[in-house]
Amino acid sequence: MEPVFAALVGLFFAVGIYLMLSKHVIRILLGVVIFGNAVNLLIFTAGRIMREVAAIIPQGAETPTGPVSNPLPQALILTAIVISFSFFAFLLVLAYRAYQEIGTDDTDGMRVAEPAGEPSPPIGY
Amino acid sequence: MMAGESAGMVDVSGAMITAPVAVTDWLVITPVVLPLMVGALLLMFRHEMRWHGIVALIGLALLVGVDAALLKQVLTHGPLAMTMGSWLPPFGISFTVDALGATFALTAALVALVCAFFSFRDIGVSGRRYGFYPFLMVMMAGVSGAFLTGDIFNLYVWFEVFVISSFGLLILGSEKAQIDGATKYAILNLVATTLFLIATAYLYGTFGTLNMADIVRKAAGLREAGPLMTLATLYLLAFGMKAAAFPVNFWLPASYHTPRIVTAALFGGLLTKIGVYALLRTLVMLFPVERGVLAGFIGWVAIATMILGVLGALAQSDTRRAFGFLVISSVGVMLAGLALGTETGLSGTIFYALHSMLTMTALYLLAGVMKEFGGSFSLHELSGLYRISPLLAGVALLLALAVAGLPPASGLWPKILLVKAALEASAWGLAGAILVTGFLTTIVMGRIFLLAFWRELPDAGERIAGAAATARPALGQGVLLMLLVPIILLGVLPEPVLRVTTLAAHGLLDSAPYVGAVFPGEGR
Repeated sequence: MEPVFAALVGLFFAVGIYLMLSKHVIRILLGVVIFGNAVNLLIFTAGRIMREVAAIIPQGAETPTGPVSNPLPQALILTAIVISFSFFAFLLVLAYRAYQEIGTDDTDGMRVAEPAGEPSPPIGY
Repeated sequence: MMAGESAGMVDVSGAMITAPVAVTDWLVITPVVLPLMVGALLLMFRHEMRWHGIVALIGLALLVGVDAALLKQVLTHGPLAMTMGSWLPPFGISFTVDALGATFALTAALVALVCAFFSFRDIGVSGRRYGFYPFLMVMMAGVSGAFLTGDIFNLYVWFEVFVISSFGLLILGSEKAQIDGATKYAILNLVATTLFLIATAYLYGTFGTLNMADIVRKAAGLREAGPLMTLATLYLLAFGMKAAAFPVNFWLPASYHTPRIVTAALFGGLLTKIGVYALLRTLVMLFPVERGVLAGFIGWVAIATMILGVLGALAQSDTRRAFGFLVISSVGVMLAGLALGTETGLSGTIFYALHSMLTMTALYLLAGVMKEFGGSFSLHELSGLYRISPLLAGVALLLALAVAGLPPASGLWPKILLVKAALEASAWGLAGAILVTGFLTTIVMGRIFLLAFWRELPDAGERIAGAAATARPALGQGVLLMLLVPIILLGVLPEPVLRVTTLAAHGLLDSAPYVGAVFPGEGR
């Protein structure tokens, strides 16, 4: 199962990076969210993928009896999902506000903070 | 883990700390808990805006006190560690404080306290309504947490805490330029933290632990088999982006000049240094061998960052944007010590980071006070400030000396350390670049001083009269003087700080006491 997931993670990374290379903010944001999910899947896969086996060590034993998946990466993903979801929600609102204020979602047109052709500082007086 | 089945009681001594919680354990966690609590309190009373400033100020003053007490503990007893929920490390999340983390946390708290004073003037009712003070407190919780944690995933969480509060501070006011700058800042920072998460995922897959002291213990055994080089390179990219190192620094000049001046001062002083701190922590302490392999590359990045940063500053006519490029240039100087990796070099980097936290904050605040007197941020319009306020001219001159690395201010000693370390390592390029950067920075600051303070434009009189009518000079200049005191003290009496930074650098290179604090009995 893991090789299939590894390929899927690679695909997610490729799609995410391709979208982030776009000039349009909304595509960049979609790229960012796919990129984030690629990482979540990566951590999930790294912790082994098993079906319906609880990671509980039986009484008297030192280690689990059969192969179980590691629960810690899944806890890490939960944290990462919450964080990246809230970031994404914020970024969506920010992008919408930017579209309202600046009137474009093309990054080439977003030059309010760094206007093109600013005068050089005075040479002397 | 042994289970005592017969009595139904479980023997937890193998997994948990059974002794009562020591007082120092509370001290380790207070710098994070305190600002979080004050931030939550301010949120609960968000309509009582009159009290926000004073409560935040008291909270930050307490934070400075706690950080100072923590640093004193660390200096007398060595690194301190506590693990959440009384679990034995590496099962619980550890907070581990060494001289490096404690010094950075103390300086950051000082800078935030000074900025809180300045904010009384800069943040009006609308800023308070949008929650400047809660954001400030939560950001300080994230900053303190990043400096004090001993767990790499926990470091990721604190990074996210201060980044998301910085978003809130950045768009306070919702002006066009702020939203434009914040979009670029937010997206690029999110990509950087995602890269950090990728590296941490691989690290957990390789080591099976996230506790930094545990990683140090296991790294030696994994060096042959594990992809440690990949990990180190990923961390270099992720934290390099956070620290605004060339060529992943373009989010900084796009955004740092847009927010309120006190926010810009906080960001310029604190945020990039957390990236530098994380680079020191991961590359020097966790992956020293891999850092050695990457040293040449880091050296070139450092040279490019410092030279291109200061050249960018030369090309700007807006004082805030010029100072933004100087922040980038200072990150390059700090990376020089990371490239060298010797005790002298790292000590120089740490000292320079402390100096830069104070100086960059002061520079942005200076830009704010100059705008108040001169009515503009642009070098085309600022003029005649010397006539209005000789005191401000004196402050500006001393700050110019500080940022250029000239006596009697704080920039001199770290640069001497770094150049000395570079010469010892025969890294002529690095040594030359640091000196050239200092020279170019002198030109940048000299020109700002010349144009804004000495030049007198013909139409200056009426504009200055208009600006001076609304100016409240006492508070702004008072805050600058407050910052100037440590800057000059660092320059005139560097020995105590030098001892601390040398200790911090030593603690990075020889991490046995750090490991020993987390795993008692295992440090040499």
